[in-house]
Amino acid sequence: MPSPEIILTIVKVALMIGGLMTAAAYFVLLERRVAAWTQDRIGPNRVGMPLTNWRLWGLGQPLADGVKFITKEEYTPAHVDKPLFILAPISILVAALAVFAAVPVGSYLPVPESWGLGDKVDLVVAPHMDVGMLYVFALSSVAVYGVVLGGWASNNKYSFIGGLRSSAQLVAYELPLGLGILGVVLAAGSLDLEEIIRAQVRDGVWYAFAQPLGFIVFGVAAFAEAGRLPFDLPECEQELVGGYHTEYSSLKLLLFLVAEFLHMILASFLIVILFFGGWSLPFGLTGAADAEQLSLAMGIFRLLVMSGKVFLVIVFFMLARWSWPRFRYDQLMALALKVMLPLGILNLVSLAVFYELRANITGGGGWGYEMLQLLACWVVCGAAWLAVAYARPLVADNRPRRDINSYRIDSQV
Amino acid sequence: MRSDDPNITWIKEPELRLAGRMYLPLFAEGLATTFRHMAKAITNPVTVSYPEEEPDIGNPLIYRGVHRLNRDEQGRVRCVACFMCATACPAYCIDIIGAESPWPDREKYPESFTIDELRCIYCGMCEEACPVDAIELTSLYNLTGRSREEMIFDKEKLLSVYDVTKDQEPTKSTRMGVKAPS
Repeated sequence: MPSPEIILTIVKVALMIGGLMTAAAYFVLLERRVAAWTQDRIGPNRVGMPLTNWRLWGLGQPLADGVKFITKEEYTPAHVDKPLFILAPISILVAALAVFAAVPVGSYLPVPESWGLGDKVDLVVAPHMDVGMLYVFALSSVAVYGVVLGGWASNNKYSFIGGLRSSAQLVAYELPLGLGILGVVLAAGSLDLEEIIRAQVRDGVWYAFAQPLGFIVFGVAAFAEAGRLPFDLPECEQELVGGYHTEYSSLKLLLFLVAEFLHMILASFLIVILFFGGWSLPFGLTGAADAEQLSLAMGIFRLLVMSGKVFLVIVFFMLARWSWPRFRYDQLMALALKVMLPLGILNLVSLAVFYELRANITGGGGWGYEMLQLLACWVVCGAAWLAVAYARPLVADNRPRRDINSYRIDSQV
Repeated sequence: MRSDDPNITWIKEPELRLAGRMYLPLFAEGLATTFRHMAKAITNPVTVSYPEEEPDIGNPLIYRGVHRLNRDEQGRVRCVACFMCATACPAYCIDIIGAESPWPDREKYPESFTIDELRCIYCGMCEEACPVDAIELTSLYNLTGRSREEMIFDKEKLLSVYDVTKDQEPTKSTRMGVKAPS
């Protein structure tokens, strides 16, 4: 008989993977519906319960999509590097799923003592992981291997350019992503994601409002890391056919697409956990941060609050796709390295200075000093934004130079 | 053309103001457009849920649906087997076998007149070419069949399309107030 902890972990893993896969399938449906709505259409609403006439607003569509993907021809082109070609979708999906081991989906639920699990169960597969954040970012960086492998093994110029763009983009945006997090870690004093949520409840203000600059830097970088518009250059259909997964078909393509949605879900979870207080609501609606025991209703309520927030962020991801045009590649790189990187550093330095000043001068300070610090952070954010607007790092005139004689160049064209 | 060609007019793009450089108006504008269209999609979508809703085909005079062969006042086929439609047809889907007319007012009539509705591209050239307004395109759009053979319409079928549609859609010359050529 295995110990109750092992059974609990297995149940959690099963629930997590099942839930994530189902969520990814249904987010595909939501994405299609949102896309349809923003184009004045209705969207897929016909497929309902199989073998009946119930339409259920198209809720059977993910099942039909899945069956379609599985029954399609699994075609492997002759010119690919076969082991790497097969390894790529596996590695990207494994990395995307494994990340969620450290991501809390709520706080905890009370259980009877007789189950042998203590009096509560944390709603995270690997609870109390002190390096949770490091684990999450280490594994989410592994995603780039899947993309690069897929692009390289496909042995095709479009896939190759897609993989190349993707690796450059992901590596460039890792920096602002990390800098955005450092401000949160500084404020919360922990790398444990659950502890970061509790720190926000204790502070009484979500870090999105306490560190606006960090939130902007992290949010933009999270969009880019998830490869969503306006940063979806690795697979922009108009330029690259399908990017790194051009040569993939059937189940392998499905693995790539699911992994992409998992990246988006992960980005939403991180935005909610790090900047929007995880399971908490303002005005103490969700109880104290360090409550020793929760009622079952409160535990479920926190779970629902967190799911709702993640859902809203994902809807924003989908709306963003239809609201702003894609960046040009040089603008993308300039945004990462000329804008977000300096802003991230500014955010970190200013936060460090503010916390140090508050601790040294006022000895921790009361509410007044906390408000003062909040104000200072917003001032820094506004000033930084204005500075970016005046410096215009994204504007590049790449029309032909007329001040130099281009006669020779033109005659060669 | 070289880049220093005097015929090229070089245009300077307008300078962005501070608001534009801060991206905030663009950010808000993009979201506002998205929400405006979402509101429109819920109240008044462009999608036509076909079997439940019928599409609006617009002006039936210029709609190009299934063909029909018109009859004259005495119920005879109007066609005089001149082959103008078959000649004009870019898809070669019209096949006519002409024969000597049994009636005194014309020389020829079509013994057989078949249109392959699957080959037809519904361009309306036959209708334009016809000198006696015999072949016309109706506004029937939901043309279906279970086999290729079923979709090859012969003279009787085309005349029956006229019989079915003549009440809602009289000949186009009538509707346009023009005297039909005879």
